[in-house]
Amino acid sequence: MELILEQFPVVIQSLNIGFIQTLKLFFVTLLGAVPLGLIISFGSMSRFRPLSYLTKIIVWIVRGTPLMIQLLIIYYFPGLVLDNPIWGGGESGRFLAASVAFIFNYACYFSEIYRGGIQGVPKGQEEAGLVLGMTRSQIFFRITLLQMIKRIVPPMSNEIITLVKDTSLARIIALQEIIWAGQAFLKGSQGISGAIWPLFFTAVYYLIFNGILTVLLGQLEKKLDYFR
Amino acid sequence: MAILEVEHLNKNFERTEVLKDISFSLEKGQVLSIIGSSGSGKTTLLRCLNFLERPGGGKIRVNGETLFDAEDPSTMQESEIRKKRLHFGLVFQSFNLFPQYTALGNVMLAKELLAKAQPDYKARRKEIHSEIEKEAKSLLTQMGLEDRMENYPHQLSGGQCQRVAIARALALKPDILCFDEPTSALDPELTGEVLKVIKGLADQETTMIIVTHEMAFARDVSSQVIFMDDGRILEQGMPEQVFENPTEERTKQFLSRYTQG
Repeated sequence: MELILEQFPVVIQSLNIGFIQTLKLFFVTLLGAVPLGLIISFGSMSRFRPLSYLTKIIVWIVRGTPLMIQLLIIYYFPGLVLDNPIWGGGESGRFLAASVAFIFNYACYFSEIYRGGIQGVPKGQEEAGLVLGMTRSQIFFRITLLQMIKRIVPPMSNEIITLVKDTSLARIIALQEIIWAGQAFLKGSQGISGAIWPLFFTAVYYLIFNGILTVLLGQLEKKLDYFR
Repeated sequence: MAILEVEHLNKNFERTEVLKDISFSLEKGQVLSIIGSSGSGKTTLLRCLNFLERPGGGKIRVNGETLFDAEDPSTMQESEIRKKRLHFGLVFQSFNLFPQYTALGNVMLAKELLAKAQPDYKARRKEIHSEIEKEAKSLLTQMGLEDRMENYPHQLSGGQCQRVAIARALALKPDILCFDEPTSALDPELTGEVLKVIKGLADQETTMIIVTHEMAFARDVSSQVIFMDDGRILEQGMPEQVFENPTEERTKQFLSRYTQG
């Protein structure tokens, strides 16, 4: 116990740095995947058949294979197979590759949630907009969108919380996120080795952050309670 | 001159013919009721007039202007259709109010979006907004909803919702207001208040087409009645004539179900 107290400041500092990387990946993914998912959902709902088939195949591949494999392929394929290491070396290159993999993967999941949300809005809403002379985009932004958002908040909350934890997969390409930072003390780092508790302690970070997210998303859900 | 002329309108869904050679005309200020059993094509006819369905053949003219001609593809451009829709208003059976807007917001939304397209919108923004609001409020008052303007649809009864929907359609001042079974989703107590409002519009000589199963009401309010059966207009005439002296056996059969109760 005394030993842990002694190690605590060093470990926390290191875990904080790792967690910042975790948060960065989380927010970048969210920022990229939320709009990209909408574009993909429009693709899969397109009346132009080849586009909707193509989109559905992409979604199938991305959802049907492990994110870990996607990370590895996106990071290593350009350099090892094409002899063109587009990501560059170092932490920034790994972060970029991880961001691309995460954004694409999560956009595909989001797109299916959006599709459900959009298709769940009764057809009569669109028709009412049409007979009132609105354009398709006015109907989407003024009528459908908010009703869709209301519908998708609960399933999106689920995905977002999963995303927080999924960021840990990025250590497969040696991105130095929080679990990577915790694991370092097992192998030996900054004079500490063979310590497993830092790894276990990373769970506290996830738990607290997800707690905050749960409260925020719950508030959003409540805010949209003013209509049905 | 007739405000609306419909000529030889046809419509198929896959291989089923839902409308067969529909022709009729309507004078300004008149009320046309369309009666007939479910599946006879009444709703599809209204949807064709509002460009929610595209007819397979025929013509639709409003005030002499050809809005739709199956022979002429230039009448089917999306951007044009949007403007043409404004000749018609449509009140749906299930109201289709926008749940995230208040009663007032529902009535104002489309008008505001249209106003935005005006060239002087930016300069006169506030003025335009208050004009639209004033009109919307007076429409809702006319519908007896003066103390319900700030309520959301889920806080209103079915009858109140339908009256908001009527105000919303009237806000765009359509030439012809269409009703698709406006009281079919309401219980009998609430039906009365909606019918009263429609009657009030008829008294003000609003041109209307009403698809309804309320026979007594249709008889009372209409200047013209159409009986549809299996996608055809089987009988057409003054209400007294259609309701009291129907010529077709099928019409008699249909009406007898209502008189027997």
